[in-house]
Amino acid sequence: MTETTPNAPGPSTLFDKLWNAHVVVPETDTAPAVLYIDLHLIHEVTSPQAFTELRTRGLAPRAPARTKGTLDHSTPTLPVGADGERPFATPAARAQVQTLIDNCAATGIELFGFESAQRGIVHVFAPEMGFTQPGMTIVCGDSHTSTHGAFGALAFGIGTSEVGHVLATQCLLQRRPNTMSVTVEGDLGPGVGAKDVILHVIGVIGVNGGTGHVIEYRGSTIRAMDMEQRMTLCNMSIEAGARAGMVAPDDTTFAWLADTPRAPKGEAFEAAKARWRALATDPGARFDVDVSIDARDIRPTVTWGTHPGTAIAIDRPVPDPRDDAERKGQRYMGVRAGDTLAGLSVDVVFVGSCTNGRLGDLREAARVLAGRRVADGVRMLVVPGSGEVKRAAEAEGIDAVVRAAGAEWREPGCSMCIAMNGDLVAPGQLAVSTSNRNFEGRQGPGARTVLASPATAAWAAVRGTLGDPREAFAAPQTSQREVA
Amino acid sequence: MSSETRIVSRSVVLAQTNIDTDQIIPARFLSTTERSGLGAHAFSDWRTGADGTPDPAFPFNREDNAGRTILLAGRNFGCGSSREHAPWALRDLGLRAVVSSEIADIFRNNALKNGLVPVVLPEATVQTLMARPDDVLEIDIATRELRTPDHQVHRFPLDAFAQTCLLEGVDELGYLLSREPQIALYEERFHAR
Ligand code: SF4
Repeated sequence: MTETTPNAPGPSTLFDKLWNAHVVVPETDTAPAVLYIDLHLIHEVTSPQAFTELRTRGLAPRAPARTKGTLDHSTPTLPVGADGERPFATPAARAQVQTLIDNCAATGIELFGFESAQRGIVHVFAPEMGFTQPGMTIVCGDSHTSTHGAFGALAFGIGTSEVGHVLATQCLLQRRPNTMSVTVEGDLGPGVGAKDVILHVIGVIGVNGGTGHVIEYRGSTIRAMDMEQRMTLCNMSIEAGARAGMVAPDDTTFAWLADTPRAPKGEAFEAAKARWRALATDPGARFDVDVSIDARDIRPTVTWGTHPGTAIAIDRPVPDPRDDAERKGQRYMGVRAGDTLAGLSVDVVFVGSCTNGRLGDLREAARVLAGRRVADGVRMLVVPGSGEVKRAAEAEGIDAVVRAAGAEWREPGCSMCIAMNGDLVAPGQLAVSTSNRNFEGRQGPGARTVLASPATAAWAAVRGTLGDPREAFAAPQTSQREVA
Repeated sequence: MSSETRIVSRSVVLAQTNIDTDQIIPARFLSTTERSGLGAHAFSDWRTGADGTPDPAFPFNREDNAGRTILLAGRNFGCGSSREHAPWALRDLGLRAVVSSEIADIFRNNALKNGLVPVVLPEATVQTLMARPDDVLEIDIATRELRTPDHQVHRFPLDAFAQTCLLEGVDELGYLLSREPQIALYEERFHAR
């Protein structure tokens, strides 16, 4: 899987090596390449029509073992009720979940359903299981598939027709994208994390700055990040319009994989490691676009508008709108040019999603919440990204900290990130969310969203207004109301 | 997919930049296992006023826009999620082409699979077209040209394969299935170890 084509000239990038190793039929002027897909992930929302298409044509999945399914988007994050029923938001949501269960059963695809302790958001559970490995091509009917690039995989979102293509042929028709390097050098300041880095990057290159490109994140800041942070980073590549984001695999990557149930073991693991190491971009390899960022310029970052490109440091004023869309965005959000966002009144705080629903994220939020209370009138939801995250967090007592602070502790799922399962923000309410999209109505019709790191979100919950999370670590916790 | 060489229509204008797929079809309408019927929910949150009744001024509510099959949209149309429900919804509304100075990658891919033609033209050209939505435009897939009533001809990029698919109704899945021998060979070479 990791061999490069023998005729690849000169030094290659990580992307070049991955692309070349997966070309089944090379592209020509008149036809795209046929690209082999190693791992296909499916969930309930974008797969039903693909299975229908296969059935209509009398086709079966070509390699069912290469597809893994989970339930996350329409899935309730409240447990089974007293009546023994799962509290689905709508009959349609229940039917959609049942459709995936039936489709997987009928085709022999492994599904991590309600009975699985590992069920979770597709981009959280697959890396935990060790399904996500360096050198792979990985696709899913979900744009945040870019998350898996953190392991040195070429991972991208596809539409439902393409889900059908992969099920039936294990291949996709693809034109080779361009490459972009985003190099971040230096140490991050205290209270500044991966979410701040990626929001800053999107603020710099723009919400469409990555269109047509695959980004490789490089530099000392990235190398110093753990796998969870790298996933947060790669996750939001799509918010800059990029096809995919990736980080070259290294010892940090291998240490994560060694602990996972489905990664190769023993000698096979050692052999894989040697192949994976060779994937890194060669010295002197060229990217189509190079972007350089100084880590010292990155502060706790939030968004003021209705797309992720409206990112600013929390202590900076909201800029003058550049066009009608930005004027509309400021009106929608109820912010004014020249004001800082610190002090903005908050109704809802959401910690979770495939961006920031991992153990490290929940720890960060819990550090802020410990010994404090969520402000009166603020509703806070903490939703672990997977069963595994939930179990590990509970073993550390994070659930107790969350509950003691007056926040809700839920079952794993996408929850308020996409508001399909009944977890939603009311019209006009302002939510500070660790998810990835602040589009109009993303968290419910009329909902307003500020994107932020787990620390910033948790601090907003405690203050009842947006504030600089660095204060949370400076302020004595006894100044807050006692924990009940 | 029906094959057609030309799309001839007046236009519907949504000038806003960065129109994301959550606007095109909000997530609460994705709990469906069908492809059809999504047009009724397209731009759902923009079509109604604060009181929940339809806003008569919204372009897709305007009587005089009925039957128009070309959408002129602001830069970076279709950004956000990979939901193919977005082009399904637009096709269900009767649209055949989207013209913008930039169209997001996944949306463009999904659009092409559903006979919705992505037409990318320079921003200044799109602005000019937006100023005259009642002009009958002609989008010619065979020549990759958009023609205006005053005989302006704007060439737009269209991948040769996508063009063939649109013109001849090539079935992409069928095309991939026909590559079975190469796929089997690849699997043998790379995955036998
Ligand atoms: S958490 Fe949000 S962004 Fe991630 S897969 Fe779920 S809905 Fe998509």
